[in-house]
Amino acid sequence: MAEHDLTARRAVERIAREDHGRLLSLLAARTGDLSAAEDAISDAFVQALAAWPNSGVPANPEGWIFTVARNRLRDRFRSAAERTSVPLDNDDIARVDADETDFDAIPDKRLALLFTCAHPAIDPAVRTPLMLQTVLGLDAGRIAAAYAIPGPSMAQRLVRAKRRIRDARIPFRVPERSEMPARLSAVLEAVYGAYAIDWHGISGTSVRESLTAEALYLAELLAELLPDEPETLGLAALLLLSLSRSPARVGRGGEWVALDDQDPSLWDAAMIERGERYLLRAHGLGAIGRFQLEAAIQSVHCARAKTGITDWSALRTLHEALLRIAPTFGAEVALAAVIGETDGPDAGLAALDALRTAGVERFQPAWATRAHLLAAASRFAEAETAYEKAVSLTTDAQTRAWLAERAAEAARRG
Amino acid sequence: MRYALLLNNPEPSDVGITEEDMEPARAAFDEYAKSLEAAGVLVSVDILQPVAVSTTLTLRNGSLQIQDGPFADTKEKLNGVFVLELPDLDAALAWAEKCPAAQYGVIEIRPSALFFADGRWQSTT
Repeated sequence: MAEHDLTARRAVERIAREDHGRLLSLLAARTGDLSAAEDAISDAFVQALAAWPNSGVPANPEGWIFTVARNRLRDRFRSAAERTSVPLDNDDIARVDADETDFDAIPDKRLALLFTCAHPAIDPAVRTPLMLQTVLGLDAGRIAAAYAIPGPSMAQRLVRAKRRIRDARIPFRVPERSEMPARLSAVLEAVYGAYAIDWHGISGTSVRESLTAEALYLAELLAELLPDEPETLGLAALLLLSLSRSPARVGRGGEWVALDDQDPSLWDAAMIERGERYLLRAHGLGAIGRFQLEAAIQSVHCARAKTGITDWSALRTLHEALLRIAPTFGAEVALAAVIGETDGPDAGLAALDALRTAGVERFQPAWATRAHLLAAASRFAEAETAYEKAVSLTTDAQTRAWLAERAAEAARRG
Repeated sequence: MRYALLLNNPEPSDVGITEEDMEPARAAFDEYAKSLEAAGVLVSVDILQPVAVSTTLTLRNGSLQIQDGPFADTKEKLNGVFVLELPDLDAALAWAEKCPAAQYGVIEIRPSALFFADGRWQSTT
């Protein structure tokens, strides 16, 4: 009996982990009520844990859960309908024996769910958490930990967003061709957001439970569901190529290692290969975009593992293209750094001086780049000052230590 | 230069947040304070008890008046003060941005004018 209990529990846990997004998107698609669908899934899990130890795990456990949850939802709306005498939805799937539902034959609605989560009427700040919860089944506490905020604050934001989806009747559907570019870009941003949490958050990222694995899962899922959209492939490539270098980012003593100083033999070759495959497929579709360009930049850096050198002129072309289609402050500074490599430090400094964007004087990457270029130009006293300014703008201990060391080195040589 | 980061936010109990719920934020604050200390910029920090525990005193009306509760009853409350030693406002903004309370509250960055140490008042510049 105990053994049957365990088997049943494992089966339920596996479905909760792997099939949450598929179940939820199917169950919520009709009414738009994500919370009700989540409750129905939980009820079905409870029922499975009661029934399966005796009856055995059914041949198609996902289908069983789906059917039980759907019946549960239907009962709920029927009783609501009796109270308010609103006509019932005409359901095309008849109430069948739970064991006979072939889950794999039911179409996948997760893509529609992703578009709902990133709908223009949903606050951009809650889109990423909403995807993590509805598609991956992450609980609010786990998401809150990643964002380093109290659990109920996150739960409240999620509940509010779900209520909005239901009450405003935000539809569960994949946009048509004409509206696709704008709508897709919101979905891509939200998926990228799950990856970017780690990079702009609280100092000392160790406190946050990293969600990079979840971000990668979402990006690859999106690439699988929309295989003909070059930017979905570009995003998957970008995440894989960036994450491939994680093992080399921290040295033996826990210190931060700059990209150019990393040992390429520590990079994850399998991830690089997977990323390159996505990038190649994206390229074949013949429409360039921000994520593909960012992925291509990562790809040039990763190529050092094979060639031993960094192709700076290729990087320059890519950075210039990126700046044209997605101008950001970070991209401007990155281009100045690349110009410092291709045309010498003075040219890089001139490019930095030309930046007029508001806030440049307190933008840490601009100061770190300036310091690096000044040192390369043998202007050590100025380099030291710039490094010190960069240190003062840096909160992460490892990066501070690295910059302070460069400042000391500039002082020695000056 | 000294800067005070004044943490203003609704009190957790006012918005239905329990002690246990604060755990992720507490871990983040722990890491934040350690980062400040490692960077050598932390002068002091106090996280305050709820205003319900406040007592207010004044003699400005001629006699001693002591009463329960805060001086000003506002929706957002002062809940903590970090005092940091930093070169300039840019650095203060960089640290304020990483403060966990910025995720759910508002941080007022206020330069300090004077502080008392070694038997005398000193300017912070």
